[in-house]
Amino acid sequence: MSEQDVTIPAADESARVEKEAPAARERRSGLLHGAAGRNLGLVIALAVLCLVGVITAGDRFVGTANILTILRLAAVTGVLSIGMTFVITGAGIDLSVGSVLGLSSVWASTVATQTMAQDTHWIVMVGCALLVGLGAGIVNGVLIAYGKVVAFIATLAMMVSARGLAEIIANRQTQVVEVQGFLDFFSGSFLGVPALVWIFAVVSVIGWVLLNRTTFGRRTVAVGGNPEAARLAGINVKRHTMYLYALAGLAAGIGGVMMLGRTTAGSSTNGQFYELDAIAAVVVGGTLLAGGRGTIVGTVLGVLIFSTLTNVFTQNNLSISAQAVAKGVIIVVAVLLQQRIAERSRAGT
Amino acid sequence: MSAGPLRRRWLAAAGATAALALVVTGCTSNTPDETPSDTAAAAQPGATSDNDAPGDKVVIGFSAPAADHGWMGAITKSAVAEAGKFSDVELKQAEGTNDVNVQISQIEQFINDKVDAIVLLPFDGAALTEVASKAMKAGIVVVNVDREFSDPNAARTTVLGDNYGMGVSAGQYICDQLGGKSDAKVAEIAGIDSLPLTQDRSKGFADALGQCGLKVSNRVAADFTVQGGNAAAASLLQAAPKLDAIWNHDDDQGVGVLAAIKDAGRDEFFMVGGAGSKNVMDAIKADNTVLKATVIYPSTQAADGIRLARLLVQGKAMSDLVEVEVPRKVQLYAPVVTKANVDQYLPTAFES
Repeated sequence: MSEQDVTIPAADESARVEKEAPAARERRSGLLHGAAGRNLGLVIALAVLCLVGVITAGDRFVGTANILTILRLAAVTGVLSIGMTFVITGAGIDLSVGSVLGLSSVWASTVATQTMAQDTHWIVMVGCALLVGLGAGIVNGVLIAYGKVVAFIATLAMMVSARGLAEIIANRQTQVVEVQGFLDFFSGSFLGVPALVWIFAVVSVIGWVLLNRTTFGRRTVAVGGNPEAARLAGINVKRHTMYLYALAGLAAGIGGVMMLGRTTAGSSTNGQFYELDAIAAVVVGGTLLAGGRGTIVGTVLGVLIFSTLTNVFTQNNLSISAQAVAKGVIIVVAVLLQQRIAERSRAGT
Repeated sequence: MSAGPLRRRWLAAAGATAALALVVTGCTSNTPDETPSDTAAAAQPGATSDNDAPGDKVVIGFSAPAADHGWMGAITKSAVAEAGKFSDVELKQAEGTNDVNVQISQIEQFINDKVDAIVLLPFDGAALTEVASKAMKAGIVVVNVDREFSDPNAARTTVLGDNYGMGVSAGQYICDQLGGKSDAKVAEIAGIDSLPLTQDRSKGFADALGQCGLKVSNRVAADFTVQGGNAAAASLLQAAPKLDAIWNHDDDQGVGVLAAIKDAGRDEFFMVGGAGSKNVMDAIKADNTVLKATVIYPSTQAADGIRLARLLVQGKAMSDLVEVEVPRKVQLYAPVVTKANVDQYLPTAFES
């Protein structure tokens, strides 16, 4: 999979639309060049990590079982990161996704929801989690877009209150999932690949298409790059901003379902600090924190780098503290590189 | 009945070759003609068998929550130290994490690595049950420590502390010390109130006080942290101008509680701690604060888990029991430590 460079020159939405066709041609020829160029660093980083894994852990690292372990670990944060990519590309930030994940996992596993699911179908639990996520996302979006609350503050408030609400609903107890159909589906696998990894893959593909092949994606980039220009070009910036947070909330809801499937239990502590993991993966992946440029492939690579790092460290009995240091170094190096790229492209235009 | 387990062993041996190998090695390593090593035997006074003698190599995977609390830090430290005492144990230690997603992947890695046993203190018992069952199905001996799985079949053996017993021990000690003073004011500083373990401790405490006609007159809850203990104790001391005894659930938060007591300049009561940290035991030994006793919640549970995992894989039994298999569940005792017996417990105290 590869992708085109979705940076647009800041101001000119209408001109950009006219240039759409040649841009597409250029995109195809420049596929390997621009996108791969940007992602090459990530691929190399991942390859180096894998090499370290192979050297230090040998067969234990290379096996299919271990690769699936890495992917299963990556899946939940991966889905959150896809949602986060849209928000950050739109020049926003969402600190609430981890808490919303916890809230949706709790809400979908209450006695009432589970009884309803037993009586009807386990899809009720999925629907509940997605609705909770979507609802929280819409609240974020409305506060930010129409209430003009700074994204950092609005989502910080949601982060705290969603966690609190989850604790109230669960009474700080762990709610075990008893619905067998739900457990069978989410702990099962299809074609040898676990359901969670499939969900991550499908969400990534949908995210990629949405960002790179639709008007919605184009508008996201425009809103993030220069909201004033986007507004002048006829984009309803407020509504679009709200959509972006709703999307991140929906992704958190999906994450909640996945967490339920993985742990077979809803808990208000689920997803703690996942927003930071997601932001780190997105930024390391090459999406600009300032907005205006986003890459789903980069995000997926960023997520994989972090989960491979965790895996390699565990394989080698290394402490969480050393791992935290390594993560920090990776984030700083990635952002430094990003700034250089941004400077170069600014000099270019 | 006594022939039962033996016959079962025979059947198992005849049945599966894997089981055969395990049982045979288990039997041979227990035979008396195998000379026990002197150092190993010396390391464990009171052992009545050659259980500590090096046997087949055992690979144990160990995973516990992040060491963000003195007691939890001691859990990991003592488990690693215990594994280091055995030349036949190879410990694979996963980094401590409070993220169940990561902890599940650690167990998955242990399964991939085909370890012989897993000693697991889950961040959340229910959340780790599924993956623990998976490990059991893969033929790995799982030893569950402290926080129970939602399905007992997900572990071969469970090592638990006794939270209710902690409350009972603390209550009985306070009853003894107050010696029938029926109007005594007894205060309680609990940990995180919504946790089942806190509720168990408080219930045990109330039940034991009830036996001697006392009740908890003031109760506050903190959060197992120094600052939380400090804040809770400060408000408690404001609310209760005169007290006879205080039980504080946790020695880590006890550091803050003692600071608050010192700030308030109060010394008309005595205080009982909980968990058994080294600084609290030192204070009990020095006997120059209001702290006169503490109730132990063993931080060596995971170390015991490591020992049991080794015995299980090597097919040995607990040598001080007649039973030829390791028990299904081991619940540890919650003794009261006072100035009189503190030296006995100091070696197992943890640094907070």
